[in-house]
Amino acid sequence: MAETPLPYSEKVMDHFRNPRNVGVMENPSGVGKVGNAVCGDVMELFIKVENDIIIDTRFRTFGCGAAIATSSMVTELVKGKTLDEALKISNKAVAEALGGLPPIKMHCSVLAEEALKSAIDDYRKKQTEPK
Amino acid sequence: MKTMERIYLDYAATTPCHPEAVKAMQPYFYDKFGNASSIYSFGQEAKAALEESRQRVADFIGARPEEIVFTSGASESNNAALKGVAFALRGKGNRIITSVIEHHAIGEPCKFLAKEGFEIIILPVDKDGLVDPDAVQKALNDKTILVSIMHANNEIGTIQPIAEIGRICREKGVLFHTDAVQAVGHLPTLVSELNVDMLSSSGHKFYGPKGVGFLYIRRGTKIKPLIQGGDQERRFRAGTENVAGIVGLAKAVEIAASEMEAEGKQLIQLRDALIQGILKAVPDSRLNGHPAQRLPNNVNISFAYVEGESMLLNLDLEGIAASTGSACTSSSLEPSSVLLAIGLPAETAHGSIRFTLGKWTARAQVDRVLDIFPKIVAKLRVMSPLYPGDKNG
Ligand code: FES
Repeated sequence: MAETPLPYSEKVMDHFRNPRNVGVMENPSGVGKVGNAVCGDVMELFIKVENDIIIDTRFRTFGCGAAIATSSMVTELVKGKTLDEALKISNKAVAEALGGLPPIKMHCSVLAEEALKSAIDDYRKKQTEPK
Repeated sequence: MKTMERIYLDYAATTPCHPEAVKAMQPYFYDKFGNASSIYSFGQEAKAALEESRQRVADFIGARPEEIVFTSGASESNNAALKGVAFALRGKGNRIITSVIEHHAIGEPCKFLAKEGFEIIILPVDKDGLVDPDAVQKALNDKTILVSIMHANNEIGTIQPIAEIGRICREKGVLFHTDAVQAVGHLPTLVSELNVDMLSSSGHKFYGPKGVGFLYIRRGTKIKPLIQGGDQERRFRAGTENVAGIVGLAKAVEIAASEMEAEGKQLIQLRDALIQGILKAVPDSRLNGHPAQRLPNNVNISFAYVEGESMLLNLDLEGIAASTGSACTSSSLEPSSVLLAIGLPAETAHGSIRFTLGKWTARAQVDRVLDIFPKIVAKLRVMSPLYPGDKNG
C-alpha cells in the first residue's frame, strides 16, 4: 500500500493548497487536454490569447500534489507571455519555479508542459482554419 | 495559532506501542540486559523472560511453546515459512499456491522461488477480495508442497475463509501457511480452529513494538531455517534474542487477550459510522472489500474523479493521517494491485483512501473526518477534468 506523501517544497504546498486559475474557461482561444502515460493523470489547460499574447488561463487537473502544483504554476508563468515565449517554458522551468520536485515526481511536470503546448497548438490550428 | 489535534487513522500501517508494553520492556534494556544464552544469572533472567513470553504467545493462539519462533517481524516470518518449506520439500514437489492479494512479503519471496524453479500458482479473488476455497482445492496436485493465503487483507480488510482452506489442505496432506499480520490481536486466531500449519505475525500491528514478530510452526512440520548461526530458537532462527522486544510483544498479546473482543465491537461501530457517513455524504463513492467479512477497523473507499495522493495531502493539512492505493504514491507508479485484483479500473483505484482505526480512535475523531473529508473531495472534484459536474444540479 501507499507510502506517505513525498516531502514537497513550501512553494509546491502553497500552489497545492491554493491553486491559481482553477476552473473551466468560457470561449477559450485554445484548449489542451493531455494524459500522463506514467500514472494515468489528466490535465486540461485553457488559454485566452489576444495579439499573440496569453492574457488569461484556467486549468483542471486530476493528479497528485505535484501535478496540481505544476499545473497551477504553469498557468501563472505563461500569463502575459507571447505564444513563442510560452512555448519555451520547459517542465524543468516549471519545477524550478516551484523550488524543485522530488525526482520521482518530475514526470508530473511534463503534464503541464504538454498541456501548454497542446493548448497553443489548438489555438494556432483554429487561427488557420477557414472561419 | 492553536495547534491542531492530529488524528491517526493508519493503524494498519503501524500502531502506537502500548504504554504498558513499553513499561514491560524497560527493564530489559539496562537492568536485565543479559544474553539469554548465558548461564550466569544475567542470562538466566533474560532467558526466563523469553520463555515466559513464548508461553504467553503460545497460549494466545492455542499452540505449544516450542511451536513459537520469535523473528524480527512478519516479513521475516513469511520469508522463513515460504523458503523454509520450499527448500525442505524440494524433493517432494515444486508447486506452491498463493493468492493475488498477498502482501509483498509473500509476493516477493514467491517471485524468488519461481526463479529457483518452483511453480507458483496465484489464485484470483472475487469482487469482494475473497479467495474461493474450491479454487484452492482444484489447484492442489501431487506436486503441491505449500499453500499460503493471508488471513485478512491489509488494504481492503477482507477476511479469508482460512479454516475452510486449511481443512482442504489438511485433507490432502499439504502444508498451509497464513500471513495473519492484520488478524493477530484483533480477531480470534486459534491455530487449531484455523487448521494452519504455520502462521506469521508482527508485534507493531497490535500495539507491540516494531522489529519483533513470530512464526508459529506446527510440530512435525518439515522446514529449513532461513537464518543460520547460533543455537537460538531451537536452531531455527539464529541470532541473539531481542528480549526486550519479545517481552513487549508478549505484553501486547496479554492486553489483546483481555481487550480484543470489546475493542473489536467498538471498532465495528466506528468503522460502520465512517463508511456509511462517507458513502452518504460523497456521491460516486464505493466501498472496497467485503461488506461484512471485514476487519473491524478497515475502511477503504474509492472516489471517482479524484486522485488519492491529493486527498491524502489535503487530509494531512488537516492533521489527519490515512493511506491510499493511488499510483501516484507508489514507488512503481502503479495503482494498488489488490484494488486491481478485485476488478477496479485503474482510475478508480487511483482515487481510493484507506482509513484504519484503532484502540485510541474516538467517535469525535470519526466525526471530524466526516466533517472535513467530503469537503476535500468536493474541492478536488471542482479541479478535476474528469468530473462531469454535480448531477443534482
Ligand atoms: S500525477 Fe501521478 S505521480 Fe504525479
